[in-house]
Amino acid sequence: MALAGYVLAILLGAGGAAVGGAGMLGHVWHVSWPWLVPLGGLALEMDRLGGLFVALVGATSVPVSIYAVGYAGRERRGVLAYLVFVAAMLLVPVAANTMTFAIAWELMSLASYLMVVQHRTRESAHAGWVYAVMTHAALACWLAGMLLVGAWTGSARFADWAAPMSALDAGARSLAWALLAAGFLVKAGAVPAHVWLPLAHPAAPSHVSALMSGVMLKLGVYGVVRASFTWLGPAPVWWGATLLLLGAVAAVSGVLYALADRDLQRLLAYSSVENVGIVLIGVGAALAFQASAAGPLALVALVAALYHVVNHAAFKSLLFMAAGGVVRATGTRDLEAMGGLVHRMPWTAAAFFLGAAAIAALPPLNGFVSEWLMFQALLQNVRLPMPALNLVFTVAIAALALTGGLAVACFVKAYGIAFLALPRTESAASAREMPGSMRLGMAVAALACVALAVGATGVVATLAPIAETLVPDAASVSTRGGLTVDVSSGFATLSMPAVAIALVGAFLLPFLALTLARARPSPRRYETWGCGRLLQTARMEYTATAFANPFTRVFDFVYRPVARLDIDAHPDSRFFVQRIAYDNAPRFVVDEWLYRPAGRALRALARRAAAIQSGSPNRYLAYVLAALLLLLVLT
Amino acid sequence: MIADAVMALLHVIVVGAGAPLLVGSLRTLKARLTGRRGAPVWQPYLDLRKLFGKTPVVSVTTSWVFRATPYVLAATTVVAALAAPVLSSRPPLGFAGIILVMYLFLLGTFFLALAGLDAGSAFGGMGSSRAVAVAALAEPTVILAVFALSLQASTTNLGGVVERLAGDPQLALNPAHLLAFAAFFIVMLAEAGRLPVDNPATHLELTMIHEAMVLEYSGRYLALVEWTSAMKLLLFLTLLANLFFPWGVPHVRTPVAILLGTAALVGKLAVLTTALAVLETSIAKLRLFRVPELLAGSFALALLSVTAVFLLR
Repeated sequence: MALAGYVLAILLGAGGAAVGGAGMLGHVWHVSWPWLVPLGGLALEMDRLGGLFVALVGATSVPVSIYAVGYAGRERRGVLAYLVFVAAMLLVPVAANTMTFAIAWELMSLASYLMVVQHRTRESAHAGWVYAVMTHAALACWLAGMLLVGAWTGSARFADWAAPMSALDAGARSLAWALLAAGFLVKAGAVPAHVWLPLAHPAAPSHVSALMSGVMLKLGVYGVVRASFTWLGPAPVWWGATLLLLGAVAAVSGVLYALADRDLQRLLAYSSVENVGIVLIGVGAALAFQASAAGPLALVALVAALYHVVNHAAFKSLLFMAAGGVVRATGTRDLEAMGGLVHRMPWTAAAFFLGAAAIAALPPLNGFVSEWLMFQALLQNVRLPMPALNLVFTVAIAALALTGGLAVACFVKAYGIAFLALPRTESAASAREMPGSMRLGMAVAALACVALAVGATGVVATLAPIAETLVPDAASVSTRGGLTVDVSSGFATLSMPAVAIALVGAFLLPFLALTLARARPSPRRYETWGCGRLLQTARMEYTATAFANPFTRVFDFVYRPVARLDIDAHPDSRFFVQRIAYDNAPRFVVDEWLYRPAGRALRALARRAAAIQSGSPNRYLAYVLAALLLLLVLT
Repeated sequence: MIADAVMALLHVIVVGAGAPLLVGSLRTLKARLTGRRGAPVWQPYLDLRKLFGKTPVVSVTTSWVFRATPYVLAATTVVAALAAPVLSSRPPLGFAGIILVMYLFLLGTFFLALAGLDAGSAFGGMGSSRAVAVAALAEPTVILAVFALSLQASTTNLGGVVERLAGDPQLALNPAHLLAFAAFFIVMLAEAGRLPVDNPATHLELTMIHEAMVLEYSGRYLALVEWTSAMKLLLFLTLLANLFFPWGVPHVRTPVAILLGTAALVGKLAVLTTALAVLETSIAKLRLFRVPELLAGSFALALLSVTAVFLLR
């Protein structure tokens, strides 16, 4: 039963990838059933942008579902929700009117909610509650935006919106944009609406986390792109500038929280916040360029953003799959309880290593290509003669560069503490490698990471026509000789195959040279040098918390750390310590400044409103009568 | 094609063979400045030969990461050398920009930091943690400082920057250029592990960064690590010399031009090395948690430089 469900999901994903791939290459179609539901009925329309996201959802769910066969085993709970989840995500990008979109989106949210609360622990109940609240607050936002636009334009069909919206004044359009963008950004996990992510991802089963992080967040980005570029007519500059700044904040704060976290899956969740931030920087840059009549630059930025969307789906699903295996094998999510897994789980370790290097944007893997393109797009802001906007761009460039460095630190920590050195606990020492299907799923995702890097020119050539449907302008990012990506005719060029070949060649060079010179005496194995101590134990290893310490000190204005140290000394002498308790619970600025006050205000409001809830039926009848009279008077 | 291969070989030879000499002369200069005689300038070559001949000792707790890292470091450094405008403004990987070079160095740092954690000793972890912290904080400054140059040259291609800037006679008076130079110089000290950020001459665990991270290495592995860190210093000084003082860098690949370019590079490096030696003998190492302040200062300089370009255009 469970097996059949996941096989069906694999087929569904493969079908979605095929249909979406065709749509992405220009095979457009539309179908509608207007009689099926009210408010315009169901309607699906495939275009290039929708095709890209359908293909992305489909292609990501294939390896993840293969992995799920082994991960879920005989567990039958959650199979149906998983299938609905995949199917709904495939529908969201092709939904052509408000009703269809709302149905697909809600199915996606509800199915994922069910899987977040699947484990029925107190922790997952809390995660599910926060997720449900956030996702429905978001729904309220974007639905209000869609209904407003629908009322103004007199149509629920998305394709009919652009022309009448262009005629409206800027204030109205900006209101609609703010509502739509706010709603979609919550789903995308942008700061400060990211709070549900670090709770929901560890709570859900790992294959679900892989899909939620790899593709569901991207559908939020999809909504932002649609709303900003096609639905509301020409965008003013400030929309783009806002997204740029939001992206910069999300990128830096996401990676900073990931760096300080010691829960492996929560770390990955924060890193998703970072990557969504990077994508938003690209989308914002594209909007700002387009609004400043710099279409060719907008194209570069949009291609970079879409490229990063695709890349993140590949390496984040890979990382979540590997992390799921580690958590399954060790029985803990705490980095401080892992260690030495590279010896016990070599395949998982290799998969996580590749994913970590890719997400840290290291050449010659795929994350590097999209961040490189992003830099090239941002650097060209000098061609805009607007000093204020230039400054925003400069901030985004600095944020992107800082994010790159911090991501390296973050994934050195994640891999180094979890997989290297000695096991820190019994359960880590007795961890077992994952079964075949889980390894196969990871291998497919890992291959995708390599292919997306070496085939950079192919990816760019595929994405550029998609971006051109949103930013109709001359091609400014092209491929030269089939191997070199060329941005803005010679502003910057990159040949990933050349980099890859050079790296491999230069790696083998000293190796072969030493072999030929017979200067490779086989190494002597001995214990780690330890200043004369007798025995090396795992307690001597550097911990994740210690590793992150330089960052928590440098960025203390973000972390606002509180460390509590309780030392119980012997009553007779303070030099005989009986017990030491150290606690450094993280504090979150958005919690303290936004959600707690908002929650308090909401609760106070509810308490006031409770005064009218007496429980007496007579009173309620009186309310009904009063409401009726009021309506009669008003209409 | 053949010209490319010859150029690649020349780059590898000049950077690979020149790096130990650079470090040797830097040490000799520092010794003379502090009133000692010091080792001969070719001492690093002797050290490398000695290390290559020794049997390495590898900790039993380590994995493949530890043994692969020296070779990966060599690979990233050599590819960075091929991408940088060392001998002419048309390096073998002529398409490359500063972003590729910096991310190649980050790839090396990534591996080296993991290798530091691999042996499971507290020293290695401490060094790794500090090294990635310094690298992460230095990253935005490098990108912004070179961005300030790319803005003036309207290309991010390193060779292109050298060629366009060489044609600008007022370059040396441009405030944006001077600010970017100051920022890049400070960040070079951090990236190459020099004073006041890191002290390459000490093995005192509380002060060291790079040396703590590579403490477990010995034999040929240590030789490769030391050699590549010397090459990294050479490459950063070369970038400083050729990007900020682009005069004398040939734009063609004729043998005579390459020879002249090499001579010009040696001259510029001699000046920079002397400056570095004087600086290192006259200042003390900063406390570890003062280093971010220094890097923040260099970041502010880079940001000012970019702003100056926007204002002066």
